[in-house]
Amino acid sequence: MAAGVETTFAAQTIMIQTDILIIGAGPCGLFTVFEAGLLKLKCHLIDALPQAGGQCAEIYPKKPIFDIPAYPEILAGDLVDRLMEQAAPFKPGFTLGERAETIVKDDEDQFIVTTNRGTVHRAPIIAIAGGLGCFEPRKPPVDRLEEYEDRGVEYIIKDPEFYRGKKVVISGGGDSALDWTNFLADGVASEVTLVHRRDGFRGHPDSVQKVLDLAGEGKIRLLTNGEVVGVDGEEHLEGLTIKHKTEGDIRLETDHWVPLFGLSPKLGPIADWNLNISKNAIEVDTFDYSTNVDGVYAIGDINTYPGKLKLILCGFHEATLMVQSAFKRIYPDKNLVLKYTTVNGVNGF
Amino acid sequence: MSTIRLTVIDREGVSHELEAPTDMNMNVMELCKSAELPVEGTCGGMAMCASCHCYVEDAASADLPEKSDDEEDMLDEAFHVEDSSRLGCQLHLKDDMDGMVIRLAPVG
Repeated sequence: MAAGVETTFAAQTIMIQTDILIIGAGPCGLFTVFEAGLLKLKCHLIDALPQAGGQCAEIYPKKPIFDIPAYPEILAGDLVDRLMEQAAPFKPGFTLGERAETIVKDDEDQFIVTTNRGTVHRAPIIAIAGGLGCFEPRKPPVDRLEEYEDRGVEYIIKDPEFYRGKKVVISGGGDSALDWTNFLADGVASEVTLVHRRDGFRGHPDSVQKVLDLAGEGKIRLLTNGEVVGVDGEEHLEGLTIKHKTEGDIRLETDHWVPLFGLSPKLGPIADWNLNISKNAIEVDTFDYSTNVDGVYAIGDINTYPGKLKLILCGFHEATLMVQSAFKRIYPDKNLVLKYTTVNGVNGF
Repeated sequence: MSTIRLTVIDREGVSHELEAPTDMNMNVMELCKSAELPVEGTCGGMAMCASCHCYVEDAASADLPEKSDDEEDMLDEAFHVEDSSRLGCQLHLKDDMDGMVIRLAPVG
């Protein structure tokens, strides 16, 4: 049995079976589909984001990249489109908008990976191409904050109805803070306060104006030049302490506090997969980018090794070598000969 | 001049005197990383993570470029922000930064 992988898995009825299960549908994960396809290995990708492309699609689709070989300049979003096109003949499967949560091994030496929404995947090979990791809400450094999570402190507004008739404080100066302030003030919450560190807002000018208008009409309370520095309450959040630049400490009674400070990348559940981690990255052997867990590989920005460079083109190289090793693990008795696409073309599934 | 000296004060208050080339298109985040100071630089320098948040201790003496909208946006979402806050990745090393003192902001 591989190091640290549990073998207690109860049979599931619906399961996505594939050869290589790729965690992360960024450029590196997508190119893995192509390289694996050349070896007749099928791939399925899981990504916490709702679309393929990773950071290139989510964060900087309109930024040009200049170090992709043969492309003097290509927009990140266009690179993703090309990679999707290149992978298409090999019909990859996708589980998008779900985060790979747990990994166990069954009695046939296959990995079972389950997402936060309960989708179950089974594969003999796992390729972690998770980039920076999962994007999670940025939590403000306030003492005892964790005690009030889901007891009045929420980092994401999932259902605005949850706040009907409640006192709500929102923190932040970006679009989501402004938009939710405007939305909840429109007859949903009983009382809305927006707290922001500065006078200026960086959100859309229309949203900023609406917030200023609502404040002028007395429909919301706008506290600029202030920061929430304390939370209090018995079982549930009851109040906040706000440090104001000129007025000192202010206490606000509230039922909810929604700090909206954007997202920051975290390694996420992968950190608990018994992999050797160094400086937020997974240690690999550069022979084949294998991790300390047999059958689990890590490629692209999420891995680390002496001389590592976090470059897309290096991720492509890692993916190419990794699938060769994966093939030999799946088919130990088969000989593998490198075939050139110029000779054989691309024979899809 | 192709080499300048910067002082970086880490989160434990220890000062590090760093020599930095100005002809390598480097920024303060990269300089800190190359000196193995605890700066993550998670986003690679695109002003998208604030893991290189720092304070320019002598802001008045350095002719620093204005913050871009991207940098202002990111600092809006960062914590422990002060008037002297900058993102290290947006401070490209230039000759007139010689002698600048930078303090790393707390993590979080």
